[in-house]
Amino acid sequence: MEHNINKHISGKFNEELENVRNHVLSMGGLVEQQLNSALDAVAKGDGELAKKVKENDYRVNAMEVNIDEECTRIIAKRQPAASDLRLVVAIAKTIADLERIGDEAERIAKVALDSFTKDQQGLLVNMENMGRLVSKMLHDVLDAFARMDAQKAFEVHKADEKVDREYEALTRQIMTYMMEDPRSIPRVMELIWSVRSLERIGDRCQNISEYVIYFVKGKDIRHVSQDTIAKTI
Amino acid sequence: MITVAPEVNAANTQKLDLTNLTPEQTALQIKNLDLYYGDKQALSDVSMDIPKGQVTAFIGPSGCGKSTLLRCINRMNDLVDTCRIEGQILLHGENIYDKRVDVAALRRNVGMVFQRPNPFPKSIYENVVYGLRLQGIKDKRKLDEVVEKSLRGAALWDEVKDRLHDSAFGLSGGQQQRLVIARSIAIEPEVLLLDEPTSALDPISTLVIEELISELKNKFTVVIVTHNMQQAARVSDQTAFMYMGELIEYADTNTLFTTPSKKKTEDYITGRYG
Repeated sequence: MEHNINKHISGKFNEELENVRNHVLSMGGLVEQQLNSALDAVAKGDGELAKKVKENDYRVNAMEVNIDEECTRIIAKRQPAASDLRLVVAIAKTIADLERIGDEAERIAKVALDSFTKDQQGLLVNMENMGRLVSKMLHDVLDAFARMDAQKAFEVHKADEKVDREYEALTRQIMTYMMEDPRSIPRVMELIWSVRSLERIGDRCQNISEYVIYFVKGKDIRHVSQDTIAKTI
Repeated sequence: MITVAPEVNAANTQKLDLTNLTPEQTALQIKNLDLYYGDKQALSDVSMDIPKGQVTAFIGPSGCGKSTLLRCINRMNDLVDTCRIEGQILLHGENIYDKRVDVAALRRNVGMVFQRPNPFPKSIYENVVYGLRLQGIKDKRKLDEVVEKSLRGAALWDEVKDRLHDSAFGLSGGQQQRLVIARSIAIEPEVLLLDEPTSALDPISTLVIEELISELKNKFTVVIVTHNMQQAARVSDQTAFMYMGELIEYADTNTLFTTPSKKKTEDYITGRYG
């Protein structure tokens, strides 16, 4: 079934849904920008950029609160049903995950404020690779959300596996590093937290992809195998 | 998809398989019903099973045939000269359109409440016992008992118990509608048909009636026609969406209002034009 939010008899309702959807997309854009800035800051050791990420987080938070309010208003005034209801529910959940992704980006940016020795730089490069992977996931899931494309959302869902593998490899590498040089532990701990943050962002992108599929297909595919999801789509 | 943990199963209902009800679960079976007003076909090939002891709602735009279908269930359409009906409606496995059926007996078994409250110009008491008096019951104690039971059943007792012999016209619209429901349930029908029972009432009276409907379903099978979709969503266990004389989708209410399977249903319940 195709979903067209622009065909309500009430033009005002169309407008409200269109607005809230656009706001989610701007919020997504901002979060994506935060994540990319955080990753850049780490790669370049750019403390200024890292501070900027930290300062901008309040904007993400404010957007979450505003969109939440919009959703509540729509539910109260319009009593949405079927796909409209699913859209509002999917949005309310998506923005919660986006806000947390914003927090994780802030956490990652903190690494840029530490100084790393030359041979620790290798770890940062590996972390950057994982970062780009996660950043692409976020980009793609927002794209899937904008197009309400279940197939694309499913691709993102599957991509998380790669991130998880990367996470494990990186953790192992960091552990070896700590064992070799215990003095580096305090600083490397900071790094391991960031890697953990990246992994969590992957999970949150996966959550968002589940909401997109829920909206489009009307099926709750959380906690089921990917084979089952494939069948749904 | 995933098994529902019983402690968080918010809907807390066992989903019935509407296409395959057992005889014990079935109150009514509508089979290939066609209805014509003169040349105009108002219902085409409607088939559905209505489960016992539950609330079934008919929704759809004006003129879609939902009231017509409701009226078929106690043969109210017999009163329309040009009306012609083909197909069957089975109550206890017997076709109510069979020639041998006593229509008065059928209507005792299948009560109906209309959009506008229509109490008789009599006292509250006499309204409730009207059906029983027709049946020749004169025992005062029995009548008193039925009045209290029916008025309690219709959630009106506490408001009227001190003025049972006042005129029914002194009641508010919402109270009158509940009185009419009390009158219908006094003769203990199996099925209660409600034709937009709250469309002439204010929102609070509407909520009282809705609450009453949920109570009633423990004893009766309720079939309700409503223009208010949220009302259907709130009070019914299953919902049938009709469009231009056809039954488009019939499903349990939770499913129909969150994930309808037909585009027409989706468009209607979300307020879209097709």
